[in-house]
Amino acid sequence: MTDSPGIDGAWARARLIATLMAVDPVGLGGLWLRARPGPVRERFLALLSGGPLPEKTLHPGITDTQLFGGVDLAATLSAGTLTHTSGLLAKPAFLRMTMAERCTPGLAARLSRVLDAGQHCVLAIDEGAEAEERPPEALTERLGLFLHLDDMAHSGTDDAPLDHALIEIARARLARAKLDETGERALVELAAHCGIGSFRPPLIAIAAARAIGALFGRIRPLPEDIQLAAELVFAHRATAFEDPAQPAPPPLRDEGPDPEGDPDGARDIETEIPDEILAAAVASALPREVLKMLAEGRGTRRAAGSGAGATRRGNRRGRPLPSRPGKLDGHARIDLVATLRVAAPWQSVRASAAPDRTGLHIRPADIRLKVFAETSDRLLIFAVDASGSAAVARLAEAKGAIELLLSEAYARRDHVALVAFRGTAAELLLPPTRSLVQTKRRLSALPGGGGTPLASGLTTAMQVSITAQKRGMSPTLILLTDGRANIALDGSVNRDQAAGDATKIAKTLRRLGHAALVIDTGNRPQPGLQTLAATLDAPYVPLPRADAHRLSAAISSTLDG
Amino acid sequence: MTQPFPFSAIVGQQDMKLAMILTAIDPSIGGVLVFGDRGTGKSTAVRALAALLPPITQIESCPVNSENRSDCPDWAQLGSDKSVKRPTPVVDLPLGATEDRVVGALDIERALTRGEKAFEPGLLARANRGYLYIDEVNLLEDHIVDLLLDVAQSGENVVEREGLSIRHPARFVLVGSGNPEEGELRPQLLDRFGLSVEVKSPTDIKERVEVIRRRQSYETETAAFMKRWRAADTRLRKNILAGRAALNSTKTPDQTLIDCAELCVALGSDGLRGELTLLKAARALAAFEGSGEVSRAHLRQAAPMALRHRLRRDPLDEAGSSTRVARTVSELFGAFHTAAE
Repeated sequence: MTDSPGIDGAWARARLIATLMAVDPVGLGGLWLRARPGPVRERFLALLSGGPLPEKTLHPGITDTQLFGGVDLAATLSAGTLTHTSGLLAKPAFLRMTMAERCTPGLAARLSRVLDAGQHCVLAIDEGAEAEERPPEALTERLGLFLHLDDMAHSGTDDAPLDHALIEIARARLARAKLDETGERALVELAAHCGIGSFRPPLIAIAAARAIGALFGRIRPLPEDIQLAAELVFAHRATAFEDPAQPAPPPLRDEGPDPEGDPDGARDIETEIPDEILAAAVASALPREVLKMLAEGRGTRRAAGSGAGATRRGNRRGRPLPSRPGKLDGHARIDLVATLRVAAPWQSVRASAAPDRTGLHIRPADIRLKVFAETSDRLLIFAVDASGSAAVARLAEAKGAIELLLSEAYARRDHVALVAFRGTAAELLLPPTRSLVQTKRRLSALPGGGGTPLASGLTTAMQVSITAQKRGMSPTLILLTDGRANIALDGSVNRDQAAGDATKIAKTLRRLGHAALVIDTGNRPQPGLQTLAATLDAPYVPLPRADAHRLSAAISSTLDG
Repeated sequence: MTQPFPFSAIVGQQDMKLAMILTAIDPSIGGVLVFGDRGTGKSTAVRALAALLPPITQIESCPVNSENRSDCPDWAQLGSDKSVKRPTPVVDLPLGATEDRVVGALDIERALTRGEKAFEPGLLARANRGYLYIDEVNLLEDHIVDLLLDVAQSGENVVEREGLSIRHPARFVLVGSGNPEEGELRPQLLDRFGLSVEVKSPTDIKERVEVIRRRQSYETETAAFMKRWRAADTRLRKNILAGRAALNSTKTPDQTLIDCAELCVALGSDGLRGELTLLKAARALAAFEGSGEVSRAHLRQAAPMALRHRLRRDPLDEAGSSTRVARTVSELFGAFHTAAE
């Protein structure tokens, strides 16, 4: 390591990661690089080039043919003989994936399989802006290292190249490097400490420890190598220190997946490095904001994932539309009849141009693809009044109804989102999901009490609904409230302004054409809510003393009817 | 990877291993669904099991791995009809696979270049007589799921499109895995999986260390590691083969049938598939253990994996389905006391 003075510590870490990627790219699996484009990223990427594996670039829209090889249709048609192409993955390679946050679950599944075979290495360049914008977990789980470059100043970096001679020596040493049992055990225990359930991270950490040791000229990695490996591999995966607002509790083994019913088990085995020190090192290895970002984005993956703003390919087949010209990319299906129809008028001309060819003369430009109009999934957005006036019991009913609806919904492939409004603001408690497990968890944490910021609730719901529509879902807003709006959009306590704001948002919602349903949970039906429902052009359902089952039945019948 | 990880060397995960062994003894049980955390050895187990099973005899160039020349589909253009031994196929169905790739389609290249109408077999053809493994089955697109349901039930893949009318056998054991946090599986598909197991990463440090250690020695000293586990794998293979042979002669007393029915009624599982699967699983278990007769102990052991995914979901009941099955089993059959378990 050329750690010259004046260089940022974070940059030294980045250089170390680049060096390790050159020493053992396959063992580490790869690097998840979260960085927006910029000079710092360019400098870092320059460090990564020139590694032992040939570099290949792939993008999230890559087709199977490009990845795995196949028939080159254009060449086949023009030559008249079968021409094959070899895919990117044919030989071991260093795969650079740009815009990795837009990687589809399908591509992630293919790359996972490739990584599991243990010949390739993936650099996922993730340019996500929001916490939820990130590559699928199936992929990031297999990439050993993580680097976040966005906060790094250009002045804190340098453009000194890596010491490739040193890397060559380390690579030669790596084959003989071995981590002893104590070291292995330390890493496994630490992974459990950090709340990492999967077995891949400890295996990667062992590889990292060997690579670090080899880099510093050791065949047997020392405790500090192990510690460094743990920091590099575990820090961004740790779930036990997930909430950065609270300091990581020191007695970590009271929670998380540590052996509780195993008093004589692992605890009496001495490791050279106390777990606490290692755990603390891991916890402080990444800045808090980064940890928070990672924690927020975890598990929020969409079932049919796709990039922001992209029109989603629906997941149903749907009604056929007229076919259009295009290239066969392995996803679209050829419309054979239409293709032949296009080619037919040219047959005699083409035949005279190439008299020794038999059969049909089809050019790539003749190819027509089938197109389907797809019906989209429905998203039920619950906007739930959790204010003090909506009694606590009512909140429990709403929660119950949501769970019931969700359990019905997965038969119908509906998605559910939950917005709660109380106090002065609204909060998106549950982003659109189909997971019953997640819903239960978020619902049970829903607190009650405070004012009724109806307008904020509607605004948040509207934002969710607009985003969902862009992703190709059909959103329906279900508002559960007792209607006494008393907090205005700016947070002030003003009944008139609150009602005015709510009406304004309702008008916007109606203009956007989003379907809605208003459920009055008050003991006495509220005329104000009826007006709001009329403004929304939504059915109004008064449900005093509704229980969860009746509420769910009412919603189902209104939606389906 | 040339040699898969040995099945016997997988640490823990008894439920998952047992479920897979049962489907190997009686493929008609209808597949295994493995739900649980990442990196807990789900795909390792599938590949290991297939490697453990004896190789199948098939016609060399048959696209659907037929055993006899007469079973080869008539559309297949057979190169050689030698009988060869091949390892039991394990076919991965990746997310985002197109319908064409799954069921097979008109061979566009041949159609366009040579003007021939030929069928290009898909993944279902390759999986015949083997395993079809779907990782993240809960994220699979709906129309592919519908297709799989249809084929898994009929054991035959029928392709009627683009002027082709082709059918071929597609009998495979469906193994699906996924993480429920990322989305539920539709009840229709859930019901088609014979057995369902939940896997968790072990919380015992000793066990975790053992997992890592075995994996390390598998990777670094493959030959020696494989040799060390060969005996255990061979014993298991013999047991599976003996189980297969004993399956038909394993008796099912009337009392067992009544027990099955009572259990399913008490749990309120939908339809009769639950009972059938429970019975098949219990019988496969009895055959695997060489008991000759299906007893309550077998039912008790097979009940959670055969029934847990068929219960009506009660979202307000916090207890998981496995707990509900276990509770009902002990209510019906008395508390857990038999030595055989």
